[in-house]
Amino acid sequence: MVMVFFVPNANANLVFRALSDPTRRAIFEELTREGEHTVHALTRFAGVSQPAVSKHLTVLKQAKLVRHRRDGRETHYRSRPEALAPIADWLRHYSVFWRERFDKLEEVLERMEP
Amino acid sequence: MSNSAETRTVLIERSFSHPPEKLWRALTESALLAQWLMKNDFSPEVGKSFQLRAEPVANWNGVIDCEVLAIEPQRKLSYTWGSMGLESVVLFTLTPEEGGTRLRMEQSGFREDQEAAFRGAQYGWQKFLGQLEQVLAGSVA
Repeated sequence: MVMVFFVPNANANLVFRALSDPTRRAIFEELTREGEHTVHALTRFAGVSQPAVSKHLTVLKQAKLVRHRRDGRETHYRSRPEALAPIADWLRHYSVFWRERFDKLEEVLERMEP
Repeated sequence: MSNSAETRTVLIERSFSHPPEKLWRALTESALLAQWLMKNDFSPEVGKSFQLRAEPVANWNGVIDCEVLAIEPQRKLSYTWGSMGLESVVLFTLTPEEGGTRLRMEQSGFREDQEAAFRGAQYGWQKFLGQLEQVLAGSVA
């Protein structure tokens, strides 16, 4: 039996790490739900300082979960939900993995003393 | 993304024609666990760290770092499952049924977020994954 493991690529790791923080997840969800936002609007939404929001946005940007454009003195952010695909991959991989492991468990139980 | 239960968490349920005591041993005795899951240094003690080890492959050292979160003998076993910076939580639930035991395995969440979800945080991982289905359906062809 071949073991199936999820070996995330570099970008998948960035996506998971970016979304492991509740504030970043909230920001990402807000952008996905409401469309484009300025850093100022996101700061009001998140209820943390602007430098903190900027830091969160940088992490999201590194994971390609958001993109931005400059318009005068404002920077506008948008979500890129297609960057979530690694999470769907993770779920699929582990579904297969655990099915295979349960098959193996069945065999072990058969071999065990009652 | 059609099955919503599977998109929220990894959920596997199966009936085994063996008593809960036997399943519990297979889940918690290191030598037995190694026969169906992975080589390990597991010991059933809350707060105890252990590792599951698979053959290393390219870009992965084969190690899964775990910590026992909860134990209820013959009923429940939960531990963290950390690999390549991705930390999830595995929960086994055993339910006796006629002629055997129903085993349910649920893998979900990131640890800190589970705790946050526990405290009633607004943006828990569970909720996020629930919405992910819609997000992906709407954005990824």
